[in-house]
Amino acid sequence: MSLVLGSIAFWLVAWWVNMRIAASRWAGTTAARLCVPALFGATLLLVWEGVVRGLEVPGVILPPPSAIAVRFAASTDILWADFVQTFLKGALSGYAIGAVAAFAVALLADRYDFLRRGILPVGSFMAALPIVGTAPILVMWFGFDWQSKAAVVVVMVFFPILVNTVEGLRASDAMQRDLMFTYNASPTQTLLKLRLPAAMPFVFNGLKIATTLALIGAIVAEFFGSPTVGMGFRISTEVGRLALDMVWAEIVVAALAGSAFYGAVALIERRVTFWHPSQR
Amino acid sequence: MADVSAPSPAAQSGGAASAWAAALGRTLLPLVVVVGALVAFWYAACVPMNVKDALTQAERAGVVVSPEGAGARRDMSSWTLVARNTGELSGVWSLDRPRLPAPHQVAEELWSTSVGMALKGRMWSNRSLFTHAWVTLSATLLGFGIGTVLGVVLAIGIVHNRAMDMSVMPWAIASQTIPILAIAPMIIVVLNSVGVSGLVPKALISAYLSFFPVVVSMVKGLRSPDAMQIDLLTTYSATRAQAFWKLRLPASMPYFFTALKVGIAAALVGAIVGELPTGAVAGLGARLLAGSYYGQTVQIWSALFAAAILAALLVGLIGLVQRMVLARMGLAR
Repeated sequence: MSLVLGSIAFWLVAWWVNMRIAASRWAGTTAARLCVPALFGATLLLVWEGVVRGLEVPGVILPPPSAIAVRFAASTDILWADFVQTFLKGALSGYAIGAVAAFAVALLADRYDFLRRGILPVGSFMAALPIVGTAPILVMWFGFDWQSKAAVVVVMVFFPILVNTVEGLRASDAMQRDLMFTYNASPTQTLLKLRLPAAMPFVFNGLKIATTLALIGAIVAEFFGSPTVGMGFRISTEVGRLALDMVWAEIVVAALAGSAFYGAVALIERRVTFWHPSQR
Repeated sequence: MADVSAPSPAAQSGGAASAWAAALGRTLLPLVVVVGALVAFWYAACVPMNVKDALTQAERAGVVVSPEGAGARRDMSSWTLVARNTGELSGVWSLDRPRLPAPHQVAEELWSTSVGMALKGRMWSNRSLFTHAWVTLSATLLGFGIGTVLGVVLAIGIVHNRAMDMSVMPWAIASQTIPILAIAPMIIVVLNSVGVSGLVPKALISAYLSFFPVVVSMVKGLRSPDAMQIDLLTTYSATRAQAFWKLRLPASMPYFFTALKVGIAAALVGAIVGELPTGAVAGLGARLLAGSYYGQTVQIWSALFAAAILAALLVGLIGLVQRMVLARMGLAR
């Protein structure tokens, strides 16, 4: 019981400290911006640990963070193999194929206005659908290995990237296009020098949305059948064996991979669209 | 996506009727052509996908196919088989368990397991898609409701409390990059082991998925009034509550509806995935899983389309409410 009370006391103290930092004149500094969320995160972990240990919650319902960390450290080889199978082979290859395909179709749709009018509604419609549902079909077609996961990822990332790219290719304004026209620029030159760069913020918006979708697609597709390796496979089997510390360790990997993937795309975006107001 | 191009000559010369026809031709015709092309592609894709099974069936019925014997055909490429048996391909669109069912097979299955059963007075039988769709829909709506309410409450807290903003907001944004769906099986199994099963675990997953998009966009929306407007309310000596009700909340509505659309789509995916680990009892996700266990491809496709129709209806409904509310508020674009 004292553990529970202790963690609640820590929570109150940490909250008070955060309130003071937020109200102080250092609230705008980078240090405060990092310190406050870090303290909040640490509080969450500590309260979790304290409550689980204090109330003696069984490990099959909710393992404490320390147990998850121990399990994580003890099984890095399994986690790495799962990461390679699901993320590097399944999600990343599917993401690349889907992005290139969506980009190609978007260029085509941009070239022919008739096609754009037809593809855009279909694309936005498909982007809102529960496409994860295609997983059982694609697993049936492409087998249990990573190829089927990559296929699911291709279908999932295709439509958000397509819709955003098509929108982006129309983002340059009439004045800019007129200027290119007075320069006697060919359509290809206008595309390469004006409209593609102007589309980049939109393209990266689609690419960023797709990072999460790629990981979700690869993991959920493994619920429908997989070799005996992979993050989704590990999660579903370890849940069946009630080894929840392993499941949480896998979720930590998924969280790290997801944030790192998003961060990497955001970093590239910063380099490519340095001119955009949101990046300054 | 407002269309800003100049009206076509037909619209200028003719009356209202021809303007309508022109608009229809500009928006509907391309759509019909693209959808038609997709369906045609689907029918064509059935040929190589199903050719082996179709030839086996034709052979059983006594037709001579080349080469004879399913074993001889197993390792041959689909295209060779198509080329050598061009006369015997009609079976590819009517197989019992095709690798790729033809569109009309899916449509037939959809019709017979939904409206067809309803017409026979068995609308809520176990095989009816209405039953399964309702199971999924109820979890989706419950979860969506919980997620939206909590999300709005948290967003209000974040906008009014600086400490909360600084501590919670970075985590809310970071959490969007995490594949939250991966924890769905765990939530289901853990809640089952403490005796909670059925609707609630699925609704929790849906709530969790729709929660973060709502928080992020509502914070953006509640902050969308510009400094001039807030200053004006300050000069009126408005309280924070008045500023909230009269300025911030109305200004956030466009963001709110965008968040709702994202949220309901996410909630539906959550409910469907939440049905997977429970062992395929009821719901559209369960239909998908059962179909994949037993190789009932037509069933998988019809469940998939049912889910798509459901998603389209939900998003469309929110879009309709959005248009009505924003028009009434004078915020319509």
